[in-house]
Amino acid sequence: MSHHYFPHTPEDIAVMLERIGVSSLDDLYSDVPESLRLKQPYNLPAPQSEKEIRDFFDTLGDHNQRLKCFAGAGYYNRYAPAVIGSLISRSEFLTAYTPYQPEISQGTLQYIFEYQTIMSRLTGLEISNASMYDGATATAEAMMMAVAHARRRNRVLVSATLNPAVREVIDTYATYHGITVDTIAEADGVTSREDFESKLAAGDVAGVIVAAPNYYGIVEDYTGWADACHAAKSLFIMNCVAIDLATIKTPGEWGADIAVGDAQSLGMPLSYGGPYLGYLCATKALMRKMPGRIVGATTDDRGNRVFVLTLQAREQHIRREKATSNICSNQGLMALYATIYTSVMGTAGLQEVNSLSSTLAHVLAEQLAATGKMHLTYPDRPFLNEFVMTVDFDLDSFMEQATDAGILPGVRIGRDCLLIAATEMLSDADLMAYVQLVKLQ
Amino acid sequence: MNREPYSKLIFELSRPGRRGYSLPASPFKAANPLPANLMRQTPLDLPEVDEPTVVRHYNNMSTNNFGVDTGFYPLGSCTMKYNPKINEEAARHPGFASMHPATPARASQGALMLYYTLQWMLSEIGGMAEFTLNPFAGAHGELTGLMVIRAYHRSRGDEKRTKVIVPDSAHGTNPASAAVAGLEIVEVKSRPDGTVDVDDLRPLLDDTVAAVMMTNPNTLGIFEKNIPEIAKLVHDAGALLYYDGANLNPMLGVARPGDMGFDVMHINLHKTFSTPHGGGGPGAGPVGVRAGLEQFLPNPRVVRRQDGTFEVISTPDALGRVSGTLGNFAVAARALAYILSLGRDGMMMAGKLATLNANYIKESLKDVYRLPIEGVCKHEFVFDGLADKSTGVTTLNVAKRLLDHGYHAPTIYFPLLFHESLMIEPTETESLDTIDEFIAVMRDIAREAAETPDVVKTAPHNTPIGHPDDTEAALHPVTTYQQLVDHDS
Repeated sequence: MSHHYFPHTPEDIAVMLERIGVSSLDDLYSDVPESLRLKQPYNLPAPQSEKEIRDFFDTLGDHNQRLKCFAGAGYYNRYAPAVIGSLISRSEFLTAYTPYQPEISQGTLQYIFEYQTIMSRLTGLEISNASMYDGATATAEAMMMAVAHARRRNRVLVSATLNPAVREVIDTYATYHGITVDTIAEADGVTSREDFESKLAAGDVAGVIVAAPNYYGIVEDYTGWADACHAAKSLFIMNCVAIDLATIKTPGEWGADIAVGDAQSLGMPLSYGGPYLGYLCATKALMRKMPGRIVGATTDDRGNRVFVLTLQAREQHIRREKATSNICSNQGLMALYATIYTSVMGTAGLQEVNSLSSTLAHVLAEQLAATGKMHLTYPDRPFLNEFVMTVDFDLDSFMEQATDAGILPGVRIGRDCLLIAATEMLSDADLMAYVQLVKLQ
Repeated sequence: MNREPYSKLIFELSRPGRRGYSLPASPFKAANPLPANLMRQTPLDLPEVDEPTVVRHYNNMSTNNFGVDTGFYPLGSCTMKYNPKINEEAARHPGFASMHPATPARASQGALMLYYTLQWMLSEIGGMAEFTLNPFAGAHGELTGLMVIRAYHRSRGDEKRTKVIVPDSAHGTNPASAAVAGLEIVEVKSRPDGTVDVDDLRPLLDDTVAAVMMTNPNTLGIFEKNIPEIAKLVHDAGALLYYDGANLNPMLGVARPGDMGFDVMHINLHKTFSTPHGGGGPGAGPVGVRAGLEQFLPNPRVVRRQDGTFEVISTPDALGRVSGTLGNFAVAARALAYILSLGRDGMMMAGKLATLNANYIKESLKDVYRLPIEGVCKHEFVFDGLADKSTGVTTLNVAKRLLDHGYHAPTIYFPLLFHESLMIEPTETESLDTIDEFIAVMRDIAREAAETPDVVKTAPHNTPIGHPDDTEAALHPVTTYQQLVDHDS
């Protein structure tokens, strides 16, 4: 059979078999016991032409309903400038392997170096790795870093205000890795300072994980938390939505040791869950404990400034079971999205995006509350572009009606709360449509 | 590929007052919602650049990069096959691009059908009962698969199984994933022919063993023909057999891991199923399990209801959650486009053509490169450096000399069984012409090694940059522009 991805003609195959000294392609598998061989072809469809494939994906696309997005919970519908799609499609970036051969991989290494710089500046911490799968796994890796750093202590404290999906991933890694996770209780939408202090005082804590903004969109005050952690020889780990760090107090400014989180909102499409980008930044003291790839600058034997993968002695292909992590590839191309996005937007652009989103969120919260059908769950807490409303109506039925109306009204929390996000993608009319829908309840 | 280095950094192109974006004006008056102590305190220093500058910068940068679209990657164990262009269309389809992961199932039936379709197709190809697409990469799949295995043992109250056996030829991620999953690693030796020594394995199998991890064919490209016996030994000992799918490609159309007796497996979509490597991600590492283990797969799962619609569920028996979302959806879309294109007939051919290409290269070069293990290989094989050991030319030198000729280097110094490992995997998408040219270059390098060894030893000569000082990079790490400026001043 011929296929447009296979260059082999029957003549080519004959020439090659002759060189090898076998008479058929099947003879290349004479070492595979007969009992193991496929007795019949796979139960798969016949080969599809490119047109048929395109039609198939069009049909799948038509089976989705496009909804106006008021959902967030770590992933946001943001405007991606046209340059991103154009530049990331360069096949030299897209089809390259991990840059183990620096002589022919400077493009990849160079943008990762830029990415590391940008993430370091956003988080206010000195070192960034080359990227992580997503914010949830990055947070789990940070937890394992803290435990490895603490040596004999293997308990971590996690705020109850952390995104529950992230928490579930932390719990999974902890269960199998032999780490005890304790929850710091929440009080009125923020992490309880009292519970934090008493659990920290109980001893044995390797790390404390909190979020900024937290799951409810609230920007918490962590004054003194890093000092308390350090006095207890614990690391202070902050999970933050990357773009928000252009506006809110950074992990570095709070005195955190590790910053992790999702960076999807730096120019990546939502794509029903991925690929996204996780990031992990840390203080210089923790550099050699970091998981994943790290790019460094050096010089070559011709005197050029060049970039290489460095500190590889931490990694799985060298250290095997003693590696700091099992991470091999990460999200290379997604780091390029973030690098290009932050380059075109600059500080002013990121802050403008945050300001636009925040303004829309506050207007929306006010208008929704004015309907008398829902109210801010935590009215005294400061938020940026995401907030929780408690509803006075049947949320099941509302969610259905919203879908009918072409609106994704947020992410449900429990029986009667809704986590609502606004971004620069929403217009005045979109807000009005949402408010109208609530009025009908 | 541009042979002149372009090494500028975006920070060096920044000029105060320039900008590269445009945003709509807000109809509302901006108000600062945060108290001063919760605001960013230090100024954020990001590049200030206009759009044309950004475009030229990254275009120029890309020209110093080598990709599959540039040339041939004989990179063992990495399966660098062609990345079809229709896959990219599928990945960026506007019908999915702006879908939030929290979209209700009712409004995402197309996306869920894509997901479910790939799940069952991978199950058919792997000979497994069910797949999850949640894991983000091969190593993440290994970790998830090992968690499935631990969840299975725990569900039976069998808590003492804390060991995982891996062959000495295993990929480095195997022991690293086992360690992250809280398992202890025991290594089993290879025989001189590169396959697992069954006699060495037998005494290691006791009631403390959770799993045996293998890849088949192994990293030497040799099919482990004792696999039925190994599977029986493993299962008799109460352990499960894990298939590292990194080497699945040559088995396409020939044999399925499930039929070989494997219980749990992962697949690297960026290898076998043609999704681009992206310079080191995003990949995807779907995990498949045999019947009876489905309930341990991670949450959330995509299932089909009796009425033919799809839903996302979470179950209490699951090992837990390993990802924030359902996984790298757009990577799954690419893999599905690839399977649809090859279809049943193409899928039956892919593995055989990959194996044909590998054996042809091996037979064409084994007189000048040392072939430690004779016989038919599968998708890849390993040379132990040059046949003539008197020249002082190493595998590293050969690899770097290949760069001069417009090829990516093979995988070198892996597996660890030989001193001068040089591992070649051509994949099925390389033509006889490309392969013949590669063989000619490899023979030229062997001749150069004998006649003008210094030319090879000092390679590369024709790449954008020369040999980087790795020692300096590791000794005094400079990992950000700030450190670079501080370091230079």
